[in-house]
Amino acid sequence: MSKTLSKFEYQELVEKKAPGSRTVRNVLAAFVTGGAICSVGQIIMMIAENYGADKETAAAITSISMIFLGAFLTAVNIYDNISKFGRAGALVPITGFSNSIVSPAMEYKKEGYIMGVGAQMFLIAGPVLVYGIFASVIAGLVYFIWKQVI
Amino acid sequence: MAKKLGTQTVVLDTQPVIIGSAAIVGKKEGEGPLARYFDDIIEDEYAGEKTFEAAESRFMLNAYNKALEKSGKSASDIDFILSGDLLNQCTAASYAFRDVSIPYFGLFGACSTMSESLVLASMLIDSGAASNVVCAVSSHFCSAERQFRFPLEYGSQRTPTSQWTVTGAGAVILSKEGQGPRITCVTPGKIVDEGIKDSNNMGAAMAPAAADTIMAHLKDTGRTVDEYDMILTGDLGSFGSQMLVELLKRNGIDTKDKHHDCGTMIFDLNRQDVVCGGSGCACSATVLSSYIMERFRNNQLKRILFVATGALLSPTRIKQGETIPSIAHGVCIEA
Amino acid sequence: MNEILKAFVLGGVICVIGQLLIDLTKLTPARIMVIYVVTGVVLGYFGLYQPLVEWGGAGASVPLTGFGNLLAKGVIKEVDNSGLLGAFTGGVKASAAGITAAVVFGYIMSIISKPKIKN
Repeated sequence: MSKTLSKFEYQELVEKKAPGSRTVRNVLAAFVTGGAICSVGQIIMMIAENYGADKETAAAITSISMIFLGAFLTAVNIYDNISKFGRAGALVPITGFSNSIVSPAMEYKKEGYIMGVGAQMFLIAGPVLVYGIFASVIAGLVYFIWKQVI
Repeated sequence: MAKKLGTQTVVLDTQPVIIGSAAIVGKKEGEGPLARYFDDIIEDEYAGEKTFEAAESRFMLNAYNKALEKSGKSASDIDFILSGDLLNQCTAASYAFRDVSIPYFGLFGACSTMSESLVLASMLIDSGAASNVVCAVSSHFCSAERQFRFPLEYGSQRTPTSQWTVTGAGAVILSKEGQGPRITCVTPGKIVDEGIKDSNNMGAAMAPAAADTIMAHLKDTGRTVDEYDMILTGDLGSFGSQMLVELLKRNGIDTKDKHHDCGTMIFDLNRQDVVCGGSGCACSATVLSSYIMERFRNNQLKRILFVATGALLSPTRIKQGETIPSIAHGVCIEA
Repeated sequence: MNEILKAFVLGGVICVIGQLLIDLTKLTPARIMVIYVVTGVVLGYFGLYQPLVEWGGAGASVPLTGFGNLLAKGVIKEVDNSGLLGAFTGGVKASAAGITAAVVFGYIMSIISKPKIKN
């Protein structure tokens, strides 16, 4: 189009003029939201331990409870509002992982329970499982080989 | 007969008339600054249907029926429907008009579809092939989110240059004779791609296409910006508009206070949490077929250049690392 | 009370790092989630994440890095118990509660609820 600007110059111009993120506000909101979500997790863990659960069981109960909470808040159409306010503070905790599974399940219900809910549930969370599990297998193999060498 | 003027403008002898128009919008748009100009506000995002795609078709069909009613024509007077939306296979349009039984063309021009359909419809009328043509387009926040971005309930992060897809539909009845604003010439746009990759910055991707079409139109017609009451772009949003004004300025065109953008008109950017403004086919279509037509009726506008802008991006190609091709078609509307 | 405060601070800090990655780099949230879980596996493997869990409790275990840590801890335990096979079973075994809960609750919620627009 215009002869006065090359493609590259235009991209530079866009980069320069584009409005930036409100980083200070976002960081504060992420800290408060993430902190609050983890505190809820801590309270659940302490209650479980109070009832005599060992560390591992208490951790599993916490995981399940937090995932339930994330799922429930997604189902009552609230979790995306928490994310809008808390940004990464709502993305990084396991409740955010839960939100990323429940939201496509709800969204694609209209395409049926098999090809909709079933097939699309891990649309967003899939990569986390793929890379998490893959990394754990590599870690296991490295550890196995290391043990043989020692 | 239509005549080519300059490199890409077409002058229309018959000057097709906009004899009726209607805009149906969703709740958020109905809370915006232009609320009182819309024909109907449907508060339920499902519009009484089971899915968002069906809801979008409902918006489209309602806009079509309302425009037809306002034009005083009946369905049997209509020769062609030119219609499109943002969804794959023009889903909203195809399903909206399947029971209407009028020859139909499905168009895809992304958010530029309103001006694309006006360009083609006015050439059809000018050629003598048609007397009355319907141009109708729609978009829906929820159906667009699920196709282009994320599930609705997912806590996705909006970036500072993102825009909000307008929920609604706009329809225009174009006729070879009658009362109303006339389309005097059109400037179909070329695809312009200045290498923007960020699908959350479509304003910046489309601004060069808008600038290209506006400059071509002014050059072909030999006019200046001063000869227009308004240069109305479709959905550049606040940032894209800033880039357009900058690009035109660098090419020696001062838009002064003439440039307006439907994306920043339909929402209150400070109050409605839409970041850079509205987007989607319905953004320019609903503003044109309600507020702008009203101002023509009140003799507040004599001549405008309507330039709906479209980002022709494919989510697949963006994932493959490609950039965003954009387009803008110019339609000169005069009282 | 002290433990809740520690969880708040550590969880908050881990989320702030994510926010800085979003705002200051071009990384998408999906990539950041992957980076978090893999980082958790790596730190967990070298025993560097467990001290954070000891200090901050849920502040370290609730973020996705904690999920990665769990995978690494599980795989090491299983390799110790059953050799090479453990590399394939350990990770998912340790995180089974979380993954299963996500599938089950995701399915149930999709039945009882539908998405809505936000204004």
